Amino acid sequence: MDTSTNSVGEVAPQRARFDAPLTLSGGAALPAFELVYETYGELNAARSNAVLVCHALSGNHHVAGWHAGNPKNLGWWDNLIGPGKPLDTRKFFVVGVNNLGGCFGSTGPMSPNPASGRPWGADFPVVTVEDWVAAQARLADRLGIEAWAAVIGGSLGGMQAMQWALEYPERIRHALAIASAPKLTAQNIAFNEVARQAILTDPDFHGGHYYEHGVVPARGLRLARMLGHITYLSDDQMAEKFGRRLRQADLRYSYDVDFEIESYLRYQGDKFAGFFDANTYLITTKALDYFDPARDYGGRLAAALARAKAKFLVVSFSTDWRFAPERSREIVYGLVHNGLDVSYAEVESMAGHDSFLLDDPHYHAVLRAYFEGINT
Amino acid sequence: MTNVLGRLDFDVIAKWIKPGEKVLDLGCGDGSLLRYLRDEKGVLGYGADNDPANILACIGNGVNVIQIDLEAGLSGFEDGFFDHVVMSLSLQTVRHTERLLAEMLRVGREAVVSFPNFGHRSHRKAIAAGRMPVSESLPYQWFNSPNVRFFTMADFEALCAERGIVLRERLGFEGDNIVTEDLNLNASIAVYRLGRAAQ
Repeated sequence: MDTSTNSVGEVAPQRARFDAPLTLSGGAALPAFELVYETYGELNAARSNAVLVCHALSGNHHVAGWHAGNPKNLGWWDNLIGPGKPLDTRKFFVVGVNNLGGCFGSTGPMSPNPASGRPWGADFPVVTVEDWVAAQARLADRLGIEAWAAVIGGSLGGMQAMQWALEYPERIRHALAIASAPKLTAQNIAFNEVARQAILTDPDFHGGHYYEHGVVPARGLRLARMLGHITYLSDDQMAEKFGRRLRQADLRYSYDVDFEIESYLRYQGDKFAGFFDANTYLITTKALDYFDPARDYGGRLAAALARAKAKFLVVSFSTDWRFAPERSREIVYGLVHNGLDVSYAEVESMAGHDSFLLDDPHYHAVLRAYFEGINT
Repeated sequence: MTNVLGRLDFDVIAKWIKPGEKVLDLGCGDGSLLRYLRDEKGVLGYGADNDPANILACIGNGVNVIQIDLEAGLSGFEDGFFDHVVMSLSLQTVRHTERLLAEMLRVGREAVVSFPNFGHRSHRKAIAAGRMPVSESLPYQWFNSPNVRFFTMADFEALCAERGIVLRERLGFEGDNIVTEDLNLNASIAVYRLGRAAQ
C-alpha cells in the first residue's frame, strides 16, 4: 500500500464461486454463481473492521486503486477510499463487489447458461436489490465476516445498504445511504423505462441474444446513457458547464453537433456503449424500480424499517433531483420513528446526483467524521 | 448551582428531562447538550440544525443530528413522538416563532425553551439611552445579530396565554445566579417548561 499518495495502489480482482443454489426474488434459482470482488486494507483479528461498498447502476467491484498496467483506470470511489482518506484503509478492510447480473466478471447475462452452454442473454433472471444482498452475504460468509462495521453505497448502492440493515440486522453495525431513496418515484421509473425502451427497440438487441449475432445494441445503450446523464446533472450545473456554447464558431444548420452539451452527451453515450452490457443495464434498472421495502407494509416505511438495528448516516445533495433530498428525509424520519440512531446531512452542491461521486470538502468531512466514530 | 456544560440553561434543561426519554433538540449546535443527556441520562436524542458546521460537529461528537430548516417546521415528525422538544437560546433566531412553538408541542409532550430576555434592566437602560442593547445575553450589534425576534418574558407569557400553552415551570438567570424577584426586569436568560392545556 502506497501511503505517500493516499492510494491503495495496485489492486487485483478476486473471484469467489458459490455452489449452493440461490433462489431469487422472481422465483428462479441460480444453481451456482460467481462474484468478482476487490479488497483493500487488512481484516483485523476480531474481523470487526470490514466495510462493504455497494455500487450503483454502472459501477463495479473496482472501487479504489488501479489495475496492473493500467494506472489511469482508478476505482470509481478512489477519492473516498485509501490510506488517510475518509474511508481509511489503515483502519478498515474495504470490500468492493460486482453484483449478480453484472457485466464485469460476476455471473450475469454474459455468463454461460448451464442449461444450454450458451450465454444467458435475456434469459438471465431479473435480480433485485434483495438478491444482490443475499449474494453479498454469501461473500461475507466466505471472507469470514460475521458483521460489517459498515455498508456504504450511493444511489442504488444506498438501497443495498438499507437492505442489509433490513435483511441482516445482526450483520451490519452502520449503514450509509448516500443520494439514495426508499423507493423510486413514478418520474424516476419513467426515466428508467425510456432507457429500457431505447435498448429493447434497438434492431441489434435481438431479444437480448445479441451476443450470438456478434453485435451489441449500442444505439439503445447510448441513448439510455445520454438520458441518464441529463438526469444526473442539475440544470444549473449544465448551464455552467456547457451553457449554449457551440463546438464551432457558427451554427451549422444540420443535425451534426452544434452545442457543447450535444457533444458531451454523444461522447458519454458512445463511451458507455463501448464497455457496458445492455442486458445488465436492463436488469439493473429493474432492480432500481422494484426496490420498495415498504411495499409489504402498506406503504409505511417506518413499519418496514422496524427490523433494522444499524446506526445510519443518510446524505443527500441539494440539487439532486433524481434522488432528491425529500426521498432521503423519508428514510431519516422512518428511522427516527423507530428510535434508531441516524444522522442526516443535506449537502449544498451544484452537481446534482453525480455529487455523491465527487469530493466536495464538506461531504467528505462528514463521511470522515462518521467513519472515525465507528469502533472496530 | 454547578454549570456542567458551561451554559447555564443546560443544567436546568437536564434536570427537567428524565432518564430514557426521547428528546429533540432544535438548533442543537455541536450537540453538547444531547451528548450530556445521552451519557448521563440514557436519553435517545436527536439534534436538528441547518448549519453544515454544526452537522459536522455533531457527527464528530457521535450525536444524532438531522439537517433541517427549522423555519420550514417539523412536519416530518409524528405527533407526540418526543417526550421533550428543547430549544436552547435559539427561539429568538427563527422568524416563525409562533408556528414553531405549536410544532414543538405537536411533536413533543412538553417543550423546553430558553431565550435572552429583552426586558432585562440593562437592555431597558440601553433603549432608554437611545441605543439597541448589547450585553452578555445579547452579544451582537443590531447589524450582525442572528436574532430576528426581540421579546421579553412578559411578551412570551402573553403569547403562551393567548395560544393555550401552559407554563409548567419557569426560571430566570442573571449571570450564574437564579433570579427570584421581578424576573422580567432582573433575568437576562429565561428558561421555560411548556405544555398543552388538557383538551
